[in-house]
Amino acid sequence: MNALLEVSRLEAFYGQSQVLHNINFSLMPGSITTILGANGAGKTTSLRALSGMVKTKGDIIFGGVSISGKATEEIVRFGIAHVPEGRGTFEGMSVMENLQLGAMTRKDKNGIKEDIERMFGYFPILKNRTYQQAGTLSGGEQQMLAVARALMLRPQLLLLDEPSFGLAPLLVSETLEILRRINQESKVCMLVVEQNATLALNLADYAYVLETGKVVISGTAEEIKNNESVRRSYLGY
Amino acid sequence: MDLFLSQILSGLSSGAIYASLALAIVMIYQAIEHINFAQGEMAMFSTFIAWTLIVNYNVSYWLAFLIVLIVSFFGGILVERIVFAPIHDAPILSHLIVFLGLFAIFNSLAGYIWGHTIKSFPSPFPEASFRGLVGLHQLGTVAFVGFLLLLIYVFFSFTRLGLAMRAAAANPVSAQLTGIRVKWMTALGWGLASALGAVSGMLVAPVVFLDPHMMGGILIYSFAASLLGGVNSPGGAVLGGFIVGVLENLVGTYVEFIGNELKLTFAFILITGVLLFKPNGLFGRTVVTRV
Repeated sequence: MNALLEVSRLEAFYGQSQVLHNINFSLMPGSITTILGANGAGKTTSLRALSGMVKTKGDIIFGGVSISGKATEEIVRFGIAHVPEGRGTFEGMSVMENLQLGAMTRKDKNGIKEDIERMFGYFPILKNRTYQQAGTLSGGEQQMLAVARALMLRPQLLLLDEPSFGLAPLLVSETLEILRRINQESKVCMLVVEQNATLALNLADYAYVLETGKVVISGTAEEIKNNESVRRSYLGY
Repeated sequence: MDLFLSQILSGLSSGAIYASLALAIVMIYQAIEHINFAQGEMAMFSTFIAWTLIVNYNVSYWLAFLIVLIVSFFGGILVERIVFAPIHDAPILSHLIVFLGLFAIFNSLAGYIWGHTIKSFPSPFPEASFRGLVGLHQLGTVAFVGFLLLLIYVFFSFTRLGLAMRAAAANPVSAQLTGIRVKWMTALGWGLASALGAVSGMLVAPVVFLDPHMMGGILIYSFAASLLGGVNSPGGAVLGGFIVGVLENLVGTYVEFIGNELKLTFAFILITGVLLFKPNGLFGRTVVTRV
């Protein structure tokens, strides 16, 4: 099977300082992959690099087409949705408007309507909040809205930056449960950056471990879970 | 009583002008977080183009009006693309100076092309008055601007493009992540603001007469209006425009020592007062940044 996304020799920069060094990884269609690593290892930057939000060098091939160096708003049109750090919802706008914004690049009115209903199916609480301003939602609800907003693109690839950030433990497992369900139902490929390694490895099929901007370990989630050094550094047992 | 009513009505009429220019200012402020000091001069320049079409080329009023709206729209986009896009990330002072530069350019260019003598500008409305209270031009201005503001409201609230423009202004980074071409939304905002300014210029010119400096005072009142309503609140700016228009008239009529001469001072007092006591205006949001 061909990879949906292939990243080779990826480097990323903030101004003069280089944050990612020669990163290589690939994502299989329909799979969930997670990037693990300590703070500052370059997890968020990896996602931002894929979305064209930082300056990069190297190749990013998505569905056989090179997207490296393209602008963020053009990369979205290839079917890559990004739930950024801090969620990136439009706080002054209603839940409905946020969902419609997620489908901004689509033209199929009926499909958009259907998908909004589908999102309300995944996240019933959002339905009760349809016309409420996103900024008034609780942290968990905003996270759901952020994911729903991204899914409204009908993406082939969903980039998730710390979907569990700031959520109560019960909500965390619930959110990941929904993500898994969405992955199985709509076959959308996911790349998840997580602080909580245990959770991430339970959710994912594959994992990469980043240290100071380099991939140090990679493999299936099972392999990574059983890796001695990962266990000691990231899983804590 | 008649005097009071007549002052209210003509206040609403100048308020309609302030409201449209204030809304233009707020539209640009929302996109780039700076106040366009040249908004009035751009409007004046548009009005001169309308004057040329009507007087020199015998174009009918409403056709000239339409042409000028279109020309101003694309002119606004051009100004953004050529002048402001390159300095997008420059510090605030650079923006300020460029705005002042634009002010000077449009002002002197108009003087150079059309001269500094005062010209009369036609009104699309009959010259009669409404029950001796207020001119039909004033009444027509209120109705026309009201209709226009309604259109703008519908555009921003109920169309996809309007939603995209609001999203681009509210949160450019997230907007890009939904595929919105933020740079073009900013340019479009400039186009709309410029066209809206042109409307205010063309509607006020029959009253204050046309010359390169005609928008000076109006711009001050419109600043007062946008600050009073809240410079990040479009609805507030519109309401602020009408409030300033009516207040200015009432104060000029009933407060003897102010009269007509000190009316503009009143606008400055209003600006200072708002900035001192309610910096976000009546309807503006307090911008809170979490650290």
